[in-house]
Amino acid sequence: MIRVVLPGHLRTLASVKGDVELDIEGPATQRSVLDALEARYPVLQGTLRDHVTKERRAFIRFFACSEDLSHEPPDALLPEAVANGTEPFLVVGAIAGGCY
Amino acid sequence: MSQVRVLVGTKKGAFILSSDGKREKWDVSGPHFAGWEIYHMKGSPADPNRLYVSQSTGWHGQVIQRSNDGGQTWEAVDNKFVYDGVAGTHQWYDGTPHPWEFKRVWHLEPSLADPDTVLAGVEDAAMFRSTDGGKSWQEMAGLRGHGTGPRWQPGAGGLCLHTILLDPSDPQRIFIAISAAGAFRTDDGGATWKAINRGLRSEYIPDPNAEVGHCVHHMAMHPSRPDVLFMQKHWDVMRSDDAGDNWTEVSGNLPTDFGFVIDVHAHEPETIYVVPIKSDMEHYPLDGKLRVFRSRSGGNEWEALTNGLPQENCFVNVLRDAMSMDSLDSCGVYFGTTGGQVYASADAGDSWKPIVRDLPAVLSVEVQTLA
Repeated sequence: MIRVVLPGHLRTLASVKGDVELDIEGPATQRSVLDALEARYPVLQGTLRDHVTKERRAFIRFFACSEDLSHEPPDALLPEAVANGTEPFLVVGAIAGGCY
Repeated sequence: MSQVRVLVGTKKGAFILSSDGKREKWDVSGPHFAGWEIYHMKGSPADPNRLYVSQSTGWHGQVIQRSNDGGQTWEAVDNKFVYDGVAGTHQWYDGTPHPWEFKRVWHLEPSLADPDTVLAGVEDAAMFRSTDGGKSWQEMAGLRGHGTGPRWQPGAGGLCLHTILLDPSDPQRIFIAISAAGAFRTDDGGATWKAINRGLRSEYIPDPNAEVGHCVHHMAMHPSRPDVLFMQKHWDVMRSDDAGDNWTEVSGNLPTDFGFVIDVHAHEPETIYVVPIKSDMEHYPLDGKLRVFRSRSGGNEWEALTNGLPQENCFVNVLRDAMSMDSLDSCGVYFGTTGGQVYASADAGDSWKPIVRDLPAVLSVEVQTLA
């Protein structure tokens, strides 16, 4: 079981409270986690990564275990602590304070 | 008794303002979609409780929301806007080729007859259509593909398709406007399009009379006379009496002819409204006075409407989709400002009151007159 923490806007959009818990078949990677997340909550399609290219949106970051995983290949294995649910996979909106 | 519903899109959510036909007391509902930019929301003329909303942020992109009960509950529908075929390039600000990239929906225009059919004007400029209530979107690719698309260039706000006018007498005819490409018309339901910019003159492009490249800010039409169009261009207020084939300037005695909004009285096709803005570098009213200007002659002769509007130290803007009319008698006029006020006039502009005054910056205002 993998725990995913979404930013507030997306929790509201997907009507979820707290962490999202996902069971992943096969290796735990960014791609497999996001595929499972979008399958559970189709409304999130396009809000984290591009519909067609599946590239991460520019203002979205992925953190886990105090590391920035945003630029890791999408099929790279996530840390074991994320794969076994000890640590959450964090979806974070890039800092943009003070814009308006 | 009649009711009026005002749909307000802001930088940080949507608001729905409701009143009875007297238009004196207003109920404010919102924010809906708190924290998201609401570029536009509009109701279906065929089913006024069917509302469509364009919801977006720079972080999470585009979401389209739909309501079947006048905004009491919402359902997110499809947000997949993919250009047809190979997207190609348009011009960037410096004239170099730049790939078409979808950014957001600026305007949603529901069909006059079918609540499930809705058009979306998007940035980078293109038109999409849904015929299943927003559950899927297809590009009307004839617009970008009509020939001038590779020469289109963004305005400061982006390469946005922001105006969609449906001809009530001819379902095959649609008018649209793009900043900064100009105005376009289809006479065959969107299969083919033509640029309709003859008579526009823009000093900020190499050929001021070019076929495309004009920064049209907004257009308006009275449904009883769909061949007569009014336009607020970057600078200049324009009029066409032949469905856009030719335009003439009707700025007349306006103190400045820069601005964003333009709209037509619900019952008087020759009565039009604009809000003059000081200049393209200073997006606020002249002399700190918020004045709506009304022409009862279809342009050229304008009168300032100031009763109830701030006449000192006012430096807000009124954006292109932020004015709308009700169809009561007498006609109600509504507009929203970047300062968060929504002003209403229940007497065709003779007097004004703020019906709400401290919202986030207003991006759009649409009015529904309900039986």
